[in-house]
Amino acid sequence: MAGELSGILDHVDRIAALDLEGVPPTSHVVELENVLRADKPRPSWPKDVVLEQAPDPDEGAFRVPSPQAEA
Amino acid sequence: MGELLKLTVAEAAAKVAAGEVSGDEYFEAWREAAAGDELNAYLWRAEDGAGGAEGPLAGVPVAVKDIFCTEGVPTTAGSRILEGYAPPYTSTAVRRLTEAGARVLGKTNMDEFAMGSSNENSAYGPVLNPWDRERVPGGSSGGSAAAVAGGLAPCAIGTDTGGSIRQPAALCGIVGLKPTYGAISRYGMIAFASSLDQCGPLTRDVTDAALLLGALQGRDPCDSTSVGLEGGVEAPSREDLKGLRFAVPSELARDEIDAGVRAVFEATLARIEDLGGEIAEAPLPHAEHGISAYYVIAPAEASSNLARYDGVRYGMRKEGARDLIEMYESTRAEGFGAEVKRRIMLGTYALSSGYYDAYYGRAQRVRTKIAADFTATFADFDFVVTPTSPSVAFGLGEKTDDPLAMYLNDFFTVPMSLAGIPAISIPAGLAEPEGGGPQLPVGFQIAAPAFAEQPLLEAAYALERAIGFEGRPEGAGGG
Repeated sequence: MAGELSGILDHVDRIAALDLEGVPPTSHVVELENVLRADKPRPSWPKDVVLEQAPDPDEGAFRVPSPQAEA
Repeated sequence: MGELLKLTVAEAAAKVAAGEVSGDEYFEAWREAAAGDELNAYLWRAEDGAGGAEGPLAGVPVAVKDIFCTEGVPTTAGSRILEGYAPPYTSTAVRRLTEAGARVLGKTNMDEFAMGSSNENSAYGPVLNPWDRERVPGGSSGGSAAAVAGGLAPCAIGTDTGGSIRQPAALCGIVGLKPTYGAISRYGMIAFASSLDQCGPLTRDVTDAALLLGALQGRDPCDSTSVGLEGGVEAPSREDLKGLRFAVPSELARDEIDAGVRAVFEATLARIEDLGGEIAEAPLPHAEHGISAYYVIAPAEASSNLARYDGVRYGMRKEGARDLIEMYESTRAEGFGAEVKRRIMLGTYALSSGYYDAYYGRAQRVRTKIAADFTATFADFDFVVTPTSPSVAFGLGEKTDDPLAMYLNDFFTVPMSLAGIPAISIPAGLAEPEGGGPQLPVGFQIAAPAFAEQPLLEAAYALERAIGFEGRPEGAGGG
């Protein structure tokens, strides 16, 4: 995979030769203005519905292996 | 029953509205056709047509790319990491279709997380091209395109990030439309590259594309970047191209395009002139850098979007890990395929400290230049036209060992994605593949300024009628 990634980066490096001085970056194409909505609480999904998809639900929570391996 | 399958969606919907055919009967006919899938186009198929609201699409079966969340129905995005996932909610795009009366016929196969141009990156096996089962259908919406072309669905929806609707539509000989970024809500559409992803229809003809777009488009409070199409979408009816100016990128002359594809492209330009349209060359000097910019920006966004697949809240988890970090690592190592890993690595590299300006920053500036090229061209022209893909459908396995060769398939579709503008691919004829063999479909791409979907559909409609493409793969059901 390292060889493939190098090949792709070599192709990408073609843009290094372009003169982009003073060109602004585009992160998004739709011009949008920030707006605020009313801060009103809305119902969210029931906990049991959300937990239904979890690999290891337990007592209303997502169970995961311990962050620290046991010695 | 067979007669029903020959109808376009617009024709069938008119018969349902007139009471000549029931929505249930129409849906059932297509459900039976879909059951004969030998192309691996579907990952899931509906067992009944329950639901069925009244509306302009009453009874219309839609094949839905497996990237759209559908409540209670498996949604995998072509990935092992989402195997068994049945979302608790439905994407806005699918919800809008069903509110218009349409019903989900099935979920279609795709390149994993929409990363690919051949559908060979699906964790569930490649889709076969209905024209030649030794060849790819294109990607990433390959299942949707093959289903429509192969007579397994009357219409489909897909997503296009760098060409994933237009390229498979071209390679399968059908119509594929990528709307303006923001025309259709992305809510519930599994994210690949959020600043580029856009939903769109794959259909037999331009009229059906307009019909579906009309139902799909609109502002959605759940997607702050959705703005919809002002005034909606009407059925196209234009018969000529008088007074319209079509730009052919001047760089096209030296681009690598198969001889057969170039011949069909040039014959189509002649048809535009026959219809009264004017053709001239215009420079799009930065379009050739589209692939470079795209393969920085899209992987960068993907590397962030795909961080959520960690085996904690949904999807698969690799069991047996000693601690949390090992669980994350083994889940992602097993759950993601090679192309997804490649892009996550490219993306994290491009965003890493020390390389950010050289890669991500520069790519975003190239994106500005590409968009500016289009803006300058649209000051003098109504449309920009190119072949959709530099070749006809290639053989299965032909490009899997060379990711860069695969990426270059998107050469003509990526610039429009980066600029956020709408583009449609319509079938323009047949051409022999390089190296010989039976003839295969060639797509013709027309791009328009942002939110100019209606004029784009009108021009595509007039051209479609003049071309009169009636090619159908042998043995395909439907008409």
